[in-house]
Amino acid sequence: MMEVLPRRPAPIALPIGSDADLARVRQHVRLVATELGFGLVQQTKLVTAASELARNTLVHGGGGQAEITPLEEGHRTGLRLSFVDQGPGIRDVALAMTDGYSTGGGLGLGLSGAERLVHEFAIETGPGRGTTVTAVAWVTGVPAPRSGAGPRRPGAR
Amino acid sequence: MRVSEHDAAHEAAAQRVTDFLRRRREQIAQRWADAPLFRTVFTVSRDEAVEACKAVVDALAEVAADGRLEDISAPGFAAVRDQLGRTAASRARTGSSPAQIADEVAGLRAPVTELLRGEFADPSAPEAHEAVLTLAVLMGTLRLVVMETALDAGEELIERQRLQLMEVATPVIQLWDGIVAVPLIGTLDSARSQVVMESLLEAIVDQRAEYAILDITGVPTVDSLVAQHLMKTVAAARLMGAECIVSGIRPAIAQTIVHLGIDLGSVVTRAGLADALAYALGRQGIVVPGRPAAGASRS
Repeated sequence: MMEVLPRRPAPIALPIGSDADLARVRQHVRLVATELGFGLVQQTKLVTAASELARNTLVHGGGGQAEITPLEEGHRTGLRLSFVDQGPGIRDVALAMTDGYSTGGGLGLGLSGAERLVHEFAIETGPGRGTTVTAVAWVTGVPAPRSGAGPRRPGAR
Repeated sequence: MRVSEHDAAHEAAAQRVTDFLRRRREQIAQRWADAPLFRTVFTVSRDEAVEACKAVVDALAEVAADGRLEDISAPGFAAVRDQLGRTAASRARTGSSPAQIADEVAGLRAPVTELLRGEFADPSAPEAHEAVLTLAVLMGTLRLVVMETALDAGEELIERQRLQLMEVATPVIQLWDGIVAVPLIGTLDSARSQVVMESLLEAIVDQRAEYAILDITGVPTVDSLVAQHLMKTVAAARLMGAECIVSGIRPAIAQTIVHLGIDLGSVVTRAGLADALAYALGRQGIVVPGRPAAGASRS
């Protein structure tokens, strides 16, 4: 996420305020990922990660927006998904990232699962500061590097 | 002083327009009945079109009498809101865009303005000008009212379709004696999965099914919420005495589920609907011979 230049298609911000918006975010991520040349498995992973993170924005953040930004860095093509809310923030990121920990009655796999589905993952949050979750995936022929390879993960396990 | 004079002129104009609308009700309605907006909707009976137009003229007269020329929520419009909504909706059904409908409502202005001008001996007199202006404002408000009702009708339609889709998209099919299947299609949100669960459990009772197949071939994304809904449905079916089989898990979805960390170990899964059916039949002791082309039947 350093000097990366956006390329076609254009970055877009979508509102997240209802279940219908989640479907729109998923559809748009799939569309952009396909255009950028992501394979079917990676597309599915990205769409699923987007679905998890967008739902977090809706359920825990009280709504916000999703920013979908195509990336180009050297010969690499990628996609950055940012989910921004002005909600209460996450008090304990390490705990929130724990498999099976949930405050919303779900399976507790949203954050940690999404992290495993992408290459880079970052959370910026604090009590009362809202939450921004950023996930980046690069078009690749080889399997995604395991979690932990992402360069910036403040406060993660 | 100038302000109150101005107000007085407005009031006088509103009063003049009110009188005009009441007095020339019949002629206005006759002219409007031939305008595209009404002519295309009331194709069977012109008298009906004239009656509908009279109702609109009455409403406009009432709004003008109240002096609420620019108020789309004026009580005068209440009586015709329904009728205008139906008219606009019927135009929309035949393929008119909202812009076209708005144009057609705007098209009602010219005939009535012409009649109003004819009322004045000198059409260029200030009071004639003021009256025409007042009528223009009133007709603009009518246009907004029509658009508002049309949009409301559109929202209602979307809501109705959403509900319809919810039911249509979740049929429970009896595949064999004691085996039912639900082909899931589209987004499996909380509301949809609730409908699925209800119709599946009902079918299990009605058909005394021992096996229920949930086919997710048509579900584009399986995230943790969808998986949770699936597992809840499986658990509920199990309580009813039926075994659930989830089929139609595509390779990309299988990999995603594993990375997400969802444990479907407690659920019987099969790649395709046919495999799931074969499994359920096999469990009931029914052996399906292989295709003749494949040679000897499997025992």
